[in-house]
Amino acid sequence: MITLLYFARLRESFGISSEQAAPPAEIADIGALLEWLRSRGDAWQNELAPGKPVRVAVNQAMATNATPFAEGDEIALFPPVTGG
Amino acid sequence: MVRVQNEDFDVGAEIAELRRDNARIGALACFVGLVRDLNEDDSVSEMSLEHYPGMTEKALAEIVAQARLRWEIADALVIHRIGTLKPTDQIVLVATTSAHRHEAFASCEFIMDYLKTQAPFWKKEQTAQGARWVDARESDDTARQRWNA
Repeated sequence: MITLLYFARLRESFGISSEQAAPPAEIADIGALLEWLRSRGDAWQNELAPGKPVRVAVNQAMATNATPFAEGDEIALFPPVTGG
Repeated sequence: MVRVQNEDFDVGAEIAELRRDNARIGALACFVGLVRDLNEDDSVSEMSLEHYPGMTEKALAEIVAQARLRWEIADALVIHRIGTLKPTDQIVLVATTSAHRHEAFASCEFIMDYLKTQAPFWKKEQTAQGARWVDARESDDTARQRWNA
């Protein structure tokens, strides 16, 4: 299991702020995880469409599509940040 | 030091504490970000700030650590507010101290430029047309990238 967190616009579009998920074993990096989440359709497909500016953090450090993840990791998806 | 809080902050008190009893400090630079009542031609009546607890503090501490690698700064303070804010409210305080002004000015601006693009905060504005998430600005990315030159 991994913990997925959603913030800001993504949290509102998906209607949840977090979930426990069990992607298939062959899904081992962020690019594959996003593809798997897109297959849920609707808001997932729209918000995570290729080219949309989605940021990902693995265990609270910024990640790229090539970043691997493992069982027990905390993976957060969010739009580009707008603080300050 | 890094703090994320709902409460307002007293700039004078924070600065006094930051430089207290340290006679090696010859310069103190300070930036305060404020809520405006206008964004992209729409009036803004209220703003809410969301963040990623845990990662926010780590990201801000990392930005301060990066600034310390570049400049000799005595101390740095970052306070960022979350929750509901109104026009004229203070949002963020960055203060840095050093022996001379260049290090203080530069590190303060560096921390702010990185905060704008790296720290996980998101703003949602309440306007006459309804609520909307604030879009990231390309000019903020440009401001950060110039430090890599």
